[in-house]
Amino acid sequence: MAVTATDGFIVRKRSTTITTLLPPLSVVPNATCAGCGCVCDDIELQHDGRSIYVAKNACERGEAWFREQTVERQSSEVLLDAAVEAAAEILHAADLPLVFGLGDSTCEAQREAIALAEQLGGTIDTETSLSHGSMEMAAQLGGKITCTLGEVKNRADFVLYWGANPAETHPRHFERYTLTTTGKYTPSGRADRTLVVVDVRETASTAEADVFLRIRPGQDFEALSILRAVVQGSRFDEAKLAATGLTLDQLRDLSRRMKKARYGIVFVGMGLFQTRGTFMNCAAVTALVIELNSWTRFISMPMRSPGNVSGADAVLSYTTGYPFAVNFSRGYPRYNPGEFSAAGLLARGEVDAALIVGTDAAARLPQAARDHLSRIPTITLDAKPPTFTPRVHITTAAVAAGTVYRMDKVPLTLRPPITSAAPSDETVLRLIRDALAKKSAWYPTAAAVMPAK
Amino acid sequence: MLRIQGGTVYDPANGVNGVVKNIVLDGGKVVTSGEGGRTIDATGMIVFPGGVDVHTHVAGAGLNFARSMIPEEHRQSSPILRSRTKRAGIGGPTPTSFATGYLYAGMGWTTVNEAAVPMLTAKRTHDELHDTPIVDKACCVLMGNNELILDLLERGEHERAKQVVAWYLWAAKGYGIKVVNAGGVAAWKWGKDAKKLTDVVEGYHSLTPGAIIASLARIIDELNLPHPMHLHCNNLGAPGNVGTTLETMKTLESHRAHLAHLQYHAYGGDDWESIRSDAPAIANYFNAHKNLTTDAGAVLFGNAITLSADGPWQYLLYQLTGKKWGNIDVENETGCGVVPYVYREKNIVNAVQWATGLELLLLIDDPWRVALTTDHPNGTSFWRYPEILQLLMDASFRKEEFAKLPEKARSRTCLADLTREYTLYEIAILTSAGPARTLGLSQKGHLGVGADADVAIYNAHKNAATMFSHPRYVIKGGEIVVEDGDIRTTPESRGFITKPSFDPAIEDYLRPLFQSQYTVAFENYPVEMARIPRPIVREV
Ligand code: SF4
Ligand SMILES: [Zn+2]
Repeated sequence: MAVTATDGFIVRKRSTTITTLLPPLSVVPNATCAGCGCVCDDIELQHDGRSIYVAKNACERGEAWFREQTVERQSSEVLLDAAVEAAAEILHAADLPLVFGLGDSTCEAQREAIALAEQLGGTIDTETSLSHGSMEMAAQLGGKITCTLGEVKNRADFVLYWGANPAETHPRHFERYTLTTTGKYTPSGRADRTLVVVDVRETASTAEADVFLRIRPGQDFEALSILRAVVQGSRFDEAKLAATGLTLDQLRDLSRRMKKARYGIVFVGMGLFQTRGTFMNCAAVTALVIELNSWTRFISMPMRSPGNVSGADAVLSYTTGYPFAVNFSRGYPRYNPGEFSAAGLLARGEVDAALIVGTDAAARLPQAARDHLSRIPTITLDAKPPTFTPRVHITTAAVAAGTVYRMDKVPLTLRPPITSAAPSDETVLRLIRDALAKKSAWYPTAAAVMPAK
Repeated sequence: MLRIQGGTVYDPANGVNGVVKNIVLDGGKVVTSGEGGRTIDATGMIVFPGGVDVHTHVAGAGLNFARSMIPEEHRQSSPILRSRTKRAGIGGPTPTSFATGYLYAGMGWTTVNEAAVPMLTAKRTHDELHDTPIVDKACCVLMGNNELILDLLERGEHERAKQVVAWYLWAAKGYGIKVVNAGGVAAWKWGKDAKKLTDVVEGYHSLTPGAIIASLARIIDELNLPHPMHLHCNNLGAPGNVGTTLETMKTLESHRAHLAHLQYHAYGGDDWESIRSDAPAIANYFNAHKNLTTDAGAVLFGNAITLSADGPWQYLLYQLTGKKWGNIDVENETGCGVVPYVYREKNIVNAVQWATGLELLLLIDDPWRVALTTDHPNGTSFWRYPEILQLLMDASFRKEEFAKLPEKARSRTCLADLTREYTLYEIAILTSAGPARTLGLSQKGHLGVGADADVAIYNAHKNAATMFSHPRYVIKGGEIVVEDGDIRTTPESRGFITKPSFDPAIEDYLRPLFQSQYTVAFENYPVEMARIPRPIVREV
């Protein structure tokens, strides 16, 4: 379990024999890590301009994230030009190209990716559609009641994780934001808070909980709806309750704790995004939280990750009005999760070329979608080699300067101390756009895209 | 070099009232004369300084939160098709960022003030504004519920509070300071509100909304900021809130203040059943107190998105409508609420709101002190401003529209008695010269030598709605950006920032508070200058 930061963990060992000849390491305080949705900005780095050696305050995952940042590069200038041209050629020739991924890219790269998808008349989608997109859809149904993480730190005396295991997915969540941290109205930190975890199994997070409620798989919607009925004091079907694996006493106790909280929060995790009826699960969370606001203040938030998937939601929303799954084939943004989500488009074979930014994104896709990726010309952008064989792979910097949004959408600036010799996602995306701009351009006409009334 | 020849010019800041004269633009400015370049024959056309919006919500965490929640609205809205000069986008109640620039410029507006920026997320507001082309921007940052400031005010530490305010303004790269429901948003984090100026704010021992308002107004005046305190009064939207508004104005007697969206603060009656317009009471007081400016916050019938830092009000509105409810609590600073809303002509409350906005615009006698706004997207979208201009310029049209209201609503407003018709000169004040002066932007809102070369040229038309929604040309920074309804080019806009002086020692006071109360490192909080394209920094 990795809930506490290590103190001065050695990210990388320096050669000991020649230490005396090496220049002293430079120290960077308050560096930002985007290893997960926590986006911790209290990391102290020690580096020599080529590699990072120490990442104080970072968790193990964060250390690995910093370890990837080096000046090395694999491709030459000439190769880059050729690869960009090949990528542009593939995308230009495609009828329905897909741009997918971007969860680990900066907002600046995401802006370029959206502009590219628009230029192509293609589709753009992000890891959001494979995870907390359900929460965005629930918001479109009934709203969302949320906060920045400092409100949890300062105020929350009741913290519930449902289907989430932050100790693994967001290693410093407890320490920085929700549990052991102290805040303005939580001077005693852990002692001021009740932690409840609802999950289908024991995890590193349930081990920390004051109350662990073990729920049967696929019963989240029912359990959340019955809990809301208990909060309201209205009727529910007892057979349905029995099916959830929870008891009435457990739900009564939970309801009592929630109502007497001063400020409560429900964090929602992959457990709700992956089981049947994903967005209805999330809508049930919102309905519960709205109900609880007639008793006290209550909030909910999805456990967004990877590091800048929140940024992708925001940049897509302000540019197109929609948080993910956006199609430009009519020359203006259209949105339809399922229809325009990467997993569905690929599995149905509707895409004839793909640009994947961040190869982890491809690894997260379901098998049927991945199969199609190897059938069509695919371009990948990543610091790491891809796990499959794309038509074109462009090695980009592991981390580039720019903006990332924390899981609560608070923006932070990445200023990596190491400048990679490899170009950033942002640069490569812009180069591809420039190469495309030299080819014949497509512009929609009103008559072609607007069905006659 | 660009010469606008033979147009009928309305330039109220320079006393020019419908005079046929030539305007010469060069290097992004209005100049005395020059040779060469293009000439626009504006004979028979109306020439205005580019429009200035003193209060709108076009970027940032709150608006974007609203945008992502309403796909059903976007699907019904006009699409903006990608073209050689335009990025794709969507119009409707909350236009997308690029579309916002095109739609403002498409009406002849060239400067906007984003009126509610949470400082913690100001980086993203500036980034979105960067992707809002053509129009120049200023930002008002939210301070009326900032607990670091409120704590100081409660302890009576005025001097230190002033330093903190100045530090924050520069850190967020703001232009002015906004106060929303003073104390009420902080109270909302405990599930409470602050409706009365004299009630102690929840979580405090003696601090009242009245004290917050008076102290911040004083600080803003002492800091000599170009724009006065931008105030969203307490008790917004509630029947009978006229009392709170009058009391607020009295609290402000020795200070400058801009009262935002006054329409929402001018209601009489005791409850939703008996709500009526009390615009005359507000206008009378306002007319007599020259320290104040305001904007209308007018309402038009149709779909809207209500969006405000006023969390408790948004929760109430959600309870009234039963529609979607969005809420964000922002640590230490502010909050935000979102509720989609439909203003219906046949609804008594909505009809009263429609009339109240117009009454205020007609009863406030000095057009320099009242600006045209709809508190976009709250009262309706900014791109419907031309419809309001028609209601102001044409009393008989107004009368026809008024007749459509339910009888019960008509008896609760004096609108039928108001025969005033705005002249073109007054419209130029209301939409440009006045708001520019209120914002303290001396290079905006006029066409005198040295002014920014932002010009709107309209074909004269008896129907003001038609005339103002289709300018013949719009010029921004000396470039023709709109011609015949088409976006021709989208020059990068400029951002206005105020840099007040402060004692650097204040950082030693703030750093440990950030450590204990924020989740972002003190050093990482300030917005980097590089996020603001072509900034214009005003040091005070
Ligand atoms: S918790 Fe996440 S953001 Fe923080 S150091 Fe670990 S990986 Fe990085
Ligand atoms: Zn407003």
